[in-house]
Amino acid sequence: MGFDFWERFRRNKMALAGGIVVIVLFIVSFLAPWIAPYDPGAIDLTEVLLAPSVDHLLGTDQLGRDVLSRMIWGARISLKVGFVATGIAIAIGTILGALAGYYGRWVDGVIMRFVDIMLCFPSFFLILAVIAILEPSIWNIMVVIGLTSWMGVTRLVRADFISLKERDFVQSARVIGVSDFRIIFRHILPNAMASVLVAATLGVAGAILTESALSFLGIGVQPPTPSWGNILTAGKDNIDIAWWLSLYPGLAILVTVLGYNLLGEGIRDSLDPRLRD
Amino acid sequence: MARYIIRRLILMVPLIIGITIICFTVIHLAPGSPTDLQTEMNPKVSVEAKERLRALYHLDEPLYVQYWLWVKKLAVLDLGESFSPDHRPVIDKIVERLPITITLNVLSMILIIMVAIPLGVMSAVKQNTLFDRITGVFVFIGFAIPTFWLALLLMIFFGIHLAWLPISGLRSLNYEYLPPGLALWDLVKHLILPVLISAFGGLAGFSRYMRSNMLEVIRQDYITTARAKGLSERVVIFKHALRNALLPVITILGLSLPALIGGSVIFETIFAIPGMGQLFYMAVMSRDYPVVMGILFIGALLTLLGNLIADVSYAVADPRIRVG
Repeated sequence: MGFDFWERFRRNKMALAGGIVVIVLFIVSFLAPWIAPYDPGAIDLTEVLLAPSVDHLLGTDQLGRDVLSRMIWGARISLKVGFVATGIAIAIGTILGALAGYYGRWVDGVIMRFVDIMLCFPSFFLILAVIAILEPSIWNIMVVIGLTSWMGVTRLVRADFISLKERDFVQSARVIGVSDFRIIFRHILPNAMASVLVAATLGVAGAILTESALSFLGIGVQPPTPSWGNILTAGKDNIDIAWWLSLYPGLAILVTVLGYNLLGEGIRDSLDPRLRD
Repeated sequence: MARYIIRRLILMVPLIIGITIICFTVIHLAPGSPTDLQTEMNPKVSVEAKERLRALYHLDEPLYVQYWLWVKKLAVLDLGESFSPDHRPVIDKIVERLPITITLNVLSMILIIMVAIPLGVMSAVKQNTLFDRITGVFVFIGFAIPTFWLALLLMIFFGIHLAWLPISGLRSLNYEYLPPGLALWDLVKHLILPVLISAFGGLAGFSRYMRSNMLEVIRQDYITTARAKGLSERVVIFKHALRNALLPVITILGLSLPALIGGSVIFETIFAIPGMGQLFYMAVMSRDYPVVMGILFIGALLTLLGNLIADVSYAVADPRIRVG
């Protein structure tokens, strides 16, 4: 990711916009305890379902809690789940992809079969089924999302390894007797990081979407812990009288996921050797 | 042709075995014993009764024996009985809802094809024009938008504010009293929002895929040849480029099947449509494990079937595949 990458990245307006969104989100969720106007759990039954006003910029929910504060804290949850889940997926995918690409033959066969089998399941079904069996908790959600999103990363890393394996620097390392482990992790893998970075960024976006869907259905982050998805559940229940509960959390999810997607696509475009003209 | 199909079917066998192993593993993630649900609530149940229950369900046998017994039942599609108070066979509950989910998904696919292909082709032909840029923006938003949120917004707008479309179920309450023409229109009105929501995500991805496919095909030599021959641009695009760009479409459609099936959980629940997705959601909420497992298994089988159909269709369309 040398000078060339940053030059191209700087010129890509969409990618920059995505990057700004991501950074702003980080800052907001980091500063949550200081910038949230109210306590996100503060129930006030005299202020139930109030429309947005000067006091409550995004209105209140069905228990009188301030929506803006809940959404700021919800950003923390979404980012936490997104990153941990994607981290797990990347870890599994990178290791399996590296092994499959480097060793080839039966190792490759077994691993790719495993990928094919996992891809047969509608991932949402699998996630729901596992969370139904183990109770919904933030940790369980993170692990399950991670365990169902590693397949794409595996394919990418495997492809990189297959092509990098034949390069001179790898051949020389083998000739002088460097162990397989070192070759994989210290020589080839750093060169495959480009695809992994793109996959990770896009993966965070996907994980945030999935977590919000799960929370919306009631099997994700459980109230009273705020999550953009579970605020939308209240939105659905009060659909005719509280439009603000349906509009704002969804907007937040949209902007966040869009930001990560643009950033990921931007990184991919800036790294793609084919686009150099 | 037949040989290709047989080869594909043989390749499917290890996949089915793998699916059963994963399903079995998921079932056994549950802490505690499956018989706890039937015995926990009753303090008078003796230890011997619990032992007998365990023996009845073969829970005292080693895992691989349990697996084999379970697979034998799966082969005849005996998915057990639901834990819910009606204790009906799981397979019955699924089969009565399957047609609705399949119909909705097929309708979504048709919508995706009808909209995404022209959009993708136009974007490719008019690359970098305003049309391409605007469609590009829509595609990006389509990737990022949570479908359940879109469903809520459309419900609020079309269902409540404008009151044009109904927001739940498949039939209105007065369905039986409507003449056939109005009854059909009633059904269509109920289907518009769910199908739209179901297709939305696929639309974005698909039109983008069509666009990049068309772009690649247009750069091919045979397109330049066709133009050099003096053929009109319309013929070049629609007769030559499009046909070749269209080929992978079938496989991609097949590959998007799991996403469509999985997505049906969300929109069927939101729109209260009595399909397999809604059954899955209700079973998850009530911890009705046999139904959850049954639908998980059936969902995987449907995906396999969809992929098989996609691959066979691709082989029918592209003779090069059959030989290789």
